[in-house]
Amino acid sequence: MAFLRIFVALLLMGDVAHAAEVRVAVAANFSTPAQQIAAAFTAATGHKVTLSAGSTGKLYAQIKNGAPFDALLAADAETPAKLETEGVGVAGSRFVYATGRLILWSKRAGWVDDQGEVLAKGAFEHLAIADPKLAPYGAAAIEVLEKRGLLETLRPRFVQGENIAQVHPFVVSGNAELGFLALSQVMREGKITEGSAWIVPAGLHRPIHQEAILLTKGRNNPAARDWLDHLRGEMARSVMRAFGYL
Amino acid sequence: MPLDPADWQALWLTAKLATVTTLVLLVLGTPLAWWLARTRSAWKGPISALVAMPLILPPTVLGFYLLLFMGPEGWLGRFTHALGWGYLPFTFGGLVVASVIYSLPFVVQPIQNAFEVVGSVPLEAAATLRASPLDAFLTVAIPQARSGFITAAVLGFAHTVGEFGVVLMIGGNIPNATQVVSVQIYAHVEALEYTQAHGLAGGLVCFSFAILLIMNRVRRPGQRG
Repeated sequence: MAFLRIFVALLLMGDVAHAAEVRVAVAANFSTPAQQIAAAFTAATGHKVTLSAGSTGKLYAQIKNGAPFDALLAADAETPAKLETEGVGVAGSRFVYATGRLILWSKRAGWVDDQGEVLAKGAFEHLAIADPKLAPYGAAAIEVLEKRGLLETLRPRFVQGENIAQVHPFVVSGNAELGFLALSQVMREGKITEGSAWIVPAGLHRPIHQEAILLTKGRNNPAARDWLDHLRGEMARSVMRAFGYL
Repeated sequence: MPLDPADWQALWLTAKLATVTTLVLLVLGTPLAWWLARTRSAWKGPISALVAMPLILPPTVLGFYLLLFMGPEGWLGRFTHALGWGYLPFTFGGLVVASVIYSLPFVVQPIQNAFEVVGSVPLEAAATLRASPLDAFLTVAIPQARSGFITAAVLGFAHTVGEFGVVLMIGGNIPNATQVVSVQIYAHVEALEYTQAHGLAGGLVCFSFAILLIMNRVRRPGQRG
């Protein structure tokens, strides 16, 4: 009987821990910073954070079909707005948690110049970008190429990843000589650690606003609201800056 | 069905990829299956295990390693580059190579089983009638293993049509080269274009059902006893 009592006690404890858990769906480009922010959040509050990373489009489909998430950190502003309109997101809970920066990056050191002139020289076979239809970073890359008048020249050399996370292996493996990535993918502790890069001036494309929203499943979870507050706080901001978000 | 030209192109490309892959696999897989069915070598175990390996690795993982091996820093990439073929990722040829690896067990194993069922007795009988080993292989073993070949072709074809993770990793989504149906459906879903996704998925299911039905018809008269 003692065994049974311990068993029941363990079950109840599990239940208590569950109440202070936040289940967060996070866009692929923000996955690494989110892990660091979550670690600090757990240390500060004791609430557990479960992160599920994926592309915003896939997370949207999962949320619409009942996925157990309390909050969404999207890669864009459109998806949270859509969820709000459709009543799956809590009205008025949306905010821009990060603004992404675009970078042209190559694994080869000293190859990409700091003005992006390498694009016009065209001495490459493949330029990797995220699918502009699906990923805000891909759409931003298209805008930059349009402004430079290079879009139609370079289009035949595009290799596309379904999301920005998928573009990274194309460029890191050297199969694509260079590619448009999110700054957060190559920046660690405020530095670009490898290869060569052009950090695209923010004025060359519309800002990549990434919005967060509280989902209806998290409406009654105080830990979920705490998490979103924490995301706006100075601690989270400094993590984001280290990864190159504005 | 609301299919746009890119969808039709993806359907055509998928059919082409699956056909080429199946033919390559039948050519490469037949001698391999023959050897596996007849050998008493100590290598039989390790080689069988290697043939089955693509079943173990998740397709995106397999695709990731193919991306590394076939790229400028991989040994296969250096090899193809030295031969003047360039690098395989982001090309139709690269997808064929990847699909051959990915679908290998689905073709080799049914043929191997069929050869094992045929056994050595009919071949010995052929030899007493002065048939050369090649002659016996072509006129006795292959016709008797016919059903195994058809199963292998069906599985190899269907498995390649359904391939997704590998293509996602090494394809780069290039129209008319690597943008196959499965990736196209995924892109529609990600873009929340569900109507187009349903249309294309429906098309894929109908197309594959028709192919499988035809191959089943082909198999039936060949089944004996």
